[in-house]
Amino acid sequence: MQNNKSDATEKVIVCKDLTKRFGDFIAANEITFDVYKGEIFGFLGANGAGKTTAMRMLCGLSVPSSGHALVAGYDVYKQTEDIKKKIGYMSQKFSLYEDLTILENIEFFGGIYGLTRKEIKEKGRSLIEKLDLQSEAKKLVASLPLGWKQKLSFSVAVLHDPKIVFLDEPTGGVDPITRRQFWDLIYEASARGITIFVTTHYMDEAEYCDRISIMVDGKIEVLDTPSNLKRNFKSTSMDEVFYQLARSAKRSD
Amino acid sequence: MKQFLVFVRKEFYHVLRDKKTLLILFGMPVVQILLFGFALTNEVKDSPIIVVDYARDVASQSIITRLGASQYFKLKRNVLSQKEIIESFRDGKIKAAVVFPDHFNEDLEHMNKAQVQIIADASDPNTATLVTNYVSAIVRDYQSDRTELMAVPYQIIPEVRMLYNPQLLGAPNFVPGVMALVLMLVCVMMTAISIVKEKEMGTMEVLLVSPFQPFLVILSKAIPYIALSLVNLGAILSLSAFLLELPVKGSLLLLIGESTLFIICCLSLGILISIKAKSQQVAMMISLVGMFLPTVLFSGYMFPIENMPLPLQIISNVVPSKWYYIIVKSVMIKGVGFMYIWKETLILIGITTVFLWVSLKSFKIRLE
Repeated sequence: MQNNKSDATEKVIVCKDLTKRFGDFIAANEITFDVYKGEIFGFLGANGAGKTTAMRMLCGLSVPSSGHALVAGYDVYKQTEDIKKKIGYMSQKFSLYEDLTILENIEFFGGIYGLTRKEIKEKGRSLIEKLDLQSEAKKLVASLPLGWKQKLSFSVAVLHDPKIVFLDEPTGGVDPITRRQFWDLIYEASARGITIFVTTHYMDEAEYCDRISIMVDGKIEVLDTPSNLKRNFKSTSMDEVFYQLARSAKRSD
Repeated sequence: MKQFLVFVRKEFYHVLRDKKTLLILFGMPVVQILLFGFALTNEVKDSPIIVVDYARDVASQSIITRLGASQYFKLKRNVLSQKEIIESFRDGKIKAAVVFPDHFNEDLEHMNKAQVQIIADASDPNTATLVTNYVSAIVRDYQSDRTELMAVPYQIIPEVRMLYNPQLLGAPNFVPGVMALVLMLVCVMMTAISIVKEKEMGTMEVLLVSPFQPFLVILSKAIPYIALSLVNLGAILSLSAFLLELPVKGSLLLLIGESTLFIICCLSLGILISIKAKSQQVAMMISLVGMFLPTVLFSGYMFPIENMPLPLQIISNVVPSKWYYIIVKSVMIKGVGFMYIWKETLILIGITTVFLWVSLKSFKIRLE
């Protein structure tokens, strides 16, 4: 799967007028966008803008109120079980088990995605080599520094070679150097053809994305490449772009 | 199926690595059995009492001798003033005082009626009741011996037999109670906490996004605790058999079967709590207040249900441990078969079904 990234022909997420209502409150309001294979798609927005709701619908955790969406070719209304097999997920909270060793975590997550014993063994070994964790493999995850945990967590989320991996603020509380290393892993996964769907608060990270969308009050306000956005908003950084958009927001935490 | 086994193995890692919790889970039943078996008894032995003998005659002396000879009491020195009696009670040195008025024997012989006063320290009502009962029994004993001498032609002598527990030991009462408590604690609280923990840690989200069935998540969480509970059950039963000389009289298989039913009942309750609770602390509080307390109060092993006001008696019927307690007592102490406990078993099955149904129902709602 060493094809070049951003294969512009194959859409892995097709999202049209997707809406989620909680009573009178419209958490996600007719959001429409496509994500292409191998792309790094940044999903930005202030707290309460509706990012998490949108992501939950795409992961099959929450049923949309109206609209259509296909994830990895499957319908988010009827084929959630098929979607779940094709996606990976990393939550903003650290998503590995602290009281299990690195190897046990790999075995567990590989196991529940139905990988065979042999696959788990091979993938686990190459993962540990890649992260340079050979001497730590049998230690409890709790003993690792946060940055390593995040990298490990990401590697485990793509262990089963999903079509898309959803990252919900994956680098919260991590130092800039580790964040940079984390993004190296993301680039590598994207080069393997895995589509990255990532939410973040860090505007420097937004610059690393191929395309970004910014949600304000449940709607997608803009969707373009970082350089186009900066040009359109006559800004030098994504920070300014985000600030100009988010200032108009009525909702917040 | 393979996925399920992977999951169950992970749960065992969790349980076995948490050494502190494990120690509590296995230490608690042992300590409880030892405490109840050897330290805490509600039998009265060598209770300090004083006698105040204003009569100093044959009858009073004879009763005092009997009191002194009994294993229940230890006679303190005689006192003669009301003030001293009150002082002794205030100091907490005595449990009871027995007062014989002047002319005790004379009254008995000539007026056919004499009075003896028993004063007890009722700040501890259970002991007070027991002590006064024992003193009255000794006085009655003396009286019947005396009437026998006088050869009254007719008298009723009650022949008392205490079935199933002739020596009135405490163990037959508390071992089933400890069993109910421990199973309740392991299954309800530990299951609830372990599920809520995944929610708190954020791993639950990851599991729900995975192709693994949510229902299986819950099921595989329950399995280690079933195993743990059965091990605990075995420990309690062998402790009580070898240490307290209280073996299972009835069928061991029946007892294990009924216990498994109770365990499933507790687990479904634990799952229900875990669905409702948002944090581990909340889960623990609900388990303690919602289940632990009712088990102690309403299962009947500490406080007799028959003596409770009617509303509480009605409430006690929905506490599963009450029925389990009755079942264990019947099988373990009385040694009866299933024929005698089918009603209780049926009620327990009913409660379990309701809990399971409600928890599965609310689990689905939560996923939305």
